[in-house]
Formats: sequence, structure tokens, C-alpha cells
Amino acid sequence: MMVQAEAPKYLDLIKNGIFRENTIFRLALSLCPSIAVTNNLRNGVLMGAAVLFVQVMVNITISLMKDFIHPRIRLPIFMLVISGWVTVTDMTMAAFTPEAYKQMGLYIQLIVAFASILARAEMFASKNTVMPSMFDGIGMGLGFLFALTIISFFRELLGKGSLWGLQIINAKPLLIMILPAGGFFAVGILMGFFNWLGMKYEKKSH
Amino acid sequence: MEFSRVFELIIAASLINNFVFTRFLGLCIFFGVSRKMETAVGMSITFTGVMMISAALSWLIFTFVMVPLDITFLKIIVFIGVVAGFVQASDTIMRKISPGLYYKLGIYLALISTNCIILAVPLINAGERYSFIESLAFALGSGLGFALALVIMASIREKLELADVPEPFKGLPIAFIATGLIALAFAGFSGLITI
Repeated sequence: MMVQAEAPKYLDLIKNGIFRENTIFRLALSLCPSIAVTNNLRNGVLMGAAVLFVQVMVNITISLMKDFIHPRIRLPIFMLVISGWVTVTDMTMAAFTPEAYKQMGLYIQLIVAFASILARAEMFASKNTVMPSMFDGIGMGLGFLFALTIISFFRELLGKGSLWGLQIINAKPLLIMILPAGGFFAVGILMGFFNWLGMKYEKKSH
Repeated sequence: MEFSRVFELIIAASLINNFVFTRFLGLCIFFGVSRKMETAVGMSITFTGVMMISAALSWLIFTFVMVPLDITFLKIIVFIGVVAGFVQASDTIMRKISPGLYYKLGIYLALISTNCIILAVPLINAGERYSFIESLAFALGSGLGFALALVIMASIREKLELADVPEPFKGLPIAFIATGLIALAFAGFSGLITI
């Protein structure tokens, strides 16, 4: 018996994006920029905000267009929509946050290649109406922002002793954390930590 | 075009600014494919080939179409289109011309199309306004660097499978940490050649 699936509750969508299907820590997608731009908190947060924006706008756009897209050409259409919004974000950031943009411009442009945004458009936005799609985008985007914030928080704090440019700790910092290697370490350790949390949570609910 | 310039670019792209260990690009594929040596090598070959041709095509379109028409701000959209189109085309062509080769390398083609590196190289080429030969050299270097990264990682991960890793870290987390160690080693290359 075919039952029309009820669009998931909005809050659940948001919680899903942040915890259960968190792009970086659980799905391990779109990792490239997560390490590249998280060597200080400001860049990490800006990148997360950019992804959030693109994700939400793409989801809304695709959801509005879903009835007009021929299934065979949907992937190129999705890519077109995503590249469009990324270009918008790219230009906006170049104009309003030039300093951060100088450091991570390339990675902003690479948002276009994010498997996570494409997957979300394909799996969710193209099959649901605008409101759920928007909240799904918000959820996944917030999850990404959350992950980037945590990573860059630790990397900047340990690597420079500062947060968002404000010096907090005055001891000699752990330089390696702001180097590429430190990025890998940070993500690996945080991933392991989230896995551990997930395992504990699963044990509790049994 | 001096040979030394080409050589510099190849070294720079493959060692000094290795796309995986220094620029953090292509990570999804990197972690996905580096489990076994076999897949690592297959992906390296496919990747270098697609990289060089995509770079060439993107350069041609950028230089002869986009710059004269002053639509360079569309480069993100165009380059993605070029890559996707080329990958699709080579998929079809490979299937018809050499089914044996397609059987071996075909799977990697689909994975490549959403690879960050594939888009990054044309973007960097365009941004730095490299010449045609320079772009090709850069693309070749990036392919070689990626191949190096994959092979190193595969040999480590094959051993890691047998090691006694704590439960939460099994799989990706420990691979990340291993990659971090390799990245540390690669940091030693910085300053080797100043472009």
C-alpha cells in the first residue's frame, strides 16, 4: 500500500543535519575545505556560513524547479544551480570580506564540487517541497558550520593561542596545529571522538 | 618555453604544494581509493590523464573564449561543465573503443567528476594566467603528486588494516592521523624551489 510519506518535522531535519548525518564527522564528505580553511576561527566560521548559504539557496531553488527538470538532465542542472549560487557567494565574499577571501578564495569556489550539496539536492530537494527542503538545507549547513567551528576553534586555540584574532593564551603555541598536518590530526581526532560518542549513545539506547 | 620552468612547475605541484598533503584537495577520493594498492594505481592513471586533458580544454576555452568576451567570472560554471562533459565523453568513448580498459579504469571516471582537484587545477591555471605549456606542466605535476599520495597512503593503509587500532578510530580517523604524519613529512619540501 503506497502511503505518501509525511515531510519530516522541521526540527528533526535540523537535528539530523547537525548530528546523525553530519557531513564531515559522520558522512566524511566535502572534507577538502574543512582542513584547508580551519586554521583560524574566523575563516572556519566564514566558510561554514558560505556553505550554509549555498546549501539552503540550492535546496530552495531545486525544490522550486523540481517539477520542470527532466530526470535525464537533472545532474547537469543541479551543477548549474550550484555553480550559480557559489559564484554569487564567491563574489559577495570577495566584496565584503576581502581579507578572508584572499586566504581562502579558491576553497570557496570549490564548494561547487561538494558531494554533500549535490547529494542533498538529489536525495531531498528534488523530491520535497520548498519548506522541508529549506530546513534540510539549514540542518546540513548548520552541521557543516558546527563541524568547521569546532575544528577551527581547536586549531586556532592550540596553534596560536588566540580565538578570532584575540590572544587568549600566552604560552608557546603548538605550531603544528595550524599547519596542514595539524589539520589532519584535528579532524582525525575529532572524528574518532564523535565515533566514540556515537558508540556510547548507541550502547545507552540498547 | 624553458625546460627548467616546466620542471619547476611539476616539482612544485607534486611535492611542494602537493594537492593532498598541502592543499587538502581530493580528500574524499583520496580516502576512498587508497585502501588497496590496486585501486590506488588505477585511480592515479585515470586521474592524471583526465587532469591533463581537462586542464588543456579549460585553458583553451578560457583563453580563446572567456577572456576575449570578458566573461571570466563565469569560470567556475564553465570549468565544471568542461570537466563533467569531458568525463561523460571519455566514459562513452572508452566503453566503445576499449572495453578492457573501461572495465579496469571506468569506475574511477565517475568518481573524478566531483573531485576538488579536477576543478582546482583549471581555476589556479586561470588565476595565475599560466601559459598553455605551464598549465599542462602544472596539471601533470598535480597528477603525479596525487599518484604519489595515493600510493603512499595505500601501502600504509594495507598495513593499518592489520594493526590494533582503538575502536572509535578504526577506519577514517586513523587514516586522517596517518595522513597528518605524511603531511608533516611533506612539509619538509617547502622552500625547495621558489617559483
